[in-house]
Amino acid sequence: MKLKKNIATSEEGFIFNPSTGDSFSVNPIGTEILAFLKKDKPLDEIIEIMCEKYDVDRSIFEKDLDDFTSQLKEYTILD
Amino acid sequence: MKKERYERPVILKMNTGLMNKFGKKTDFEAVTHIESVPVKSLLSDYGSPLFVISEKQIRRDVQNAIRIFKTRYPKVQFAWSYKTNYISAVCQIFHQEGSWAEVVSGFEYDKAIENGVPGNKIIFNGPDKSDDQLVLAARNNSLIHIDHYDELYSLIRLSEEHSLKPRVAIRINMDTGIYPKWDRFGFNFENGQAWNAITRIINSANLNLVGLHCHIGTFMLSPSAYAIAARNLCELAWSIKEKYNRNIQYIDLGGGFPSVNTLKGAYLPGSDTVPSIDQFADAITDVILGYGFKQDELPLLILETGRALIDDAGYLLGTVLATKRLSDGRRATILDFGLNSLFTSLWYEHKVSPAQAYGDYTEEMVLYGPLCMNIDIVRESIILPLLEKGNQVVVHKVGAYNMTQWMQFITLRPNVVLIDSENKTHVIRKAETREYIESMEQVPEHLKENPLK
Repeated sequence: MKLKKNIATSEEGFIFNPSTGDSFSVNPIGTEILAFLKKDKPLDEIIEIMCEKYDVDRSIFEKDLDDFTSQLKEYTILD
Repeated sequence: MKKERYERPVILKMNTGLMNKFGKKTDFEAVTHIESVPVKSLLSDYGSPLFVISEKQIRRDVQNAIRIFKTRYPKVQFAWSYKTNYISAVCQIFHQEGSWAEVVSGFEYDKAIENGVPGNKIIFNGPDKSDDQLVLAARNNSLIHIDHYDELYSLIRLSEEHSLKPRVAIRINMDTGIYPKWDRFGFNFENGQAWNAITRIINSANLNLVGLHCHIGTFMLSPSAYAIAARNLCELAWSIKEKYNRNIQYIDLGGGFPSVNTLKGAYLPGSDTVPSIDQFADAITDVILGYGFKQDELPLLILETGRALIDDAGYLLGTVLATKRLSDGRRATILDFGLNSLFTSLWYEHKVSPAQAYGDYTEEMVLYGPLCMNIDIVRESIILPLLEKGNQVVVHKVGAYNMTQWMQFITLRPNVVLIDSENKTHVIRKAETREYIESMEQVPEHLKENPLK
């Protein structure tokens, strides 16, 4: 699962997709996940890191991550 | 190492060109306490969902309404509209504040009697009064508001048969310029039906015409409609005085004042559009005071205000069961209460607040109830902070009609808790149990055998 090369991201959570002209706002945890995806980090590792850092059950985070990535696909942000 | 607070990852597409001058601000306040009692402890002590009623708020609202009317008009009497919320503890708060009882069925009438309301302080409205109930009300010297000719003739017959002299009023419907015109209850003013009914009562030996009643609609947003209603009732009272030399003792303008809820489809929130009780009081009392009655012949002004006096005091607390994404990308949040408990979600865009701290992000979502029914929608579209399973929410201004119109459908009705003036909590209606529901059922002998056992 990989972020498209041309997607512009900022540390503050602003996303721009130059091929569609769409802009997005992402919350801080979403921004962290996008940064991992940009570095091609596998989802399993992302889950490990985030569950270590945040007060969340693994099952809940997996469900939320699945929902988040499906949104990214929907918005054609992922390859 | 302490872990950081988690918030679900979220991405929101930014839309331009959709500015709306009527848009509402999207910052929220977590409602963690009702009065001074934590929402968390209410839900853990009494279960979720849970209706909560603030006694302090009821008393504040009813005292405020009484003050508003009494500072404008010398003779005012409120009568608590039982159908709005007839949980006995709630009725007793209103009675302690001096309200009579306004009932619309034999069931409600019996409740008022059981609550200790003297018969002569019960107003008996509605189109459905049996002969037995009419006789009982007449014997108790209650105020019987006649709804139709069949009832009028029944009452004349019963009064003769039982040698009674009931105190009566007629309900009058009229065109006050509002839509829809409520003409299904009572006798029409414009076509002379009301005057004919008055004449019939006055000519009867047994009925004692003491009042005139109207109830022009519900959730009325126009004080001027009440001015028209008051003028029409004054005109009838004046005509009765002129023609029959009889003083009408009271004018009852019914209920219908709105609460500060937002009606579905409304452009602006209720807080911006709902007139204050002062405006209704001005409209009504200006007309009656200006009509020309002598000071000692001014009729008592009765008000059957329900919704505006109880909605504020009621809260529905609940819990998020699940969140999911719909096929069109919208977020859906499923709550443990729905249309079955929150009947007024059919009419209102209820204000819903999170009951715990949350991050800066919000999202648009649909709020669904727990019923396995497509119609079970609490809010079709609402912007709220990111909610998770187990989060708690507070729905505001739900005191009116929900605890009477709720449905025992698919699941059971929850506890209702009162927070008293000292912030102590009391269960005032217990949550239903399956045994309670089934206690009303009877299974014929031949159906008791279950071959699947």
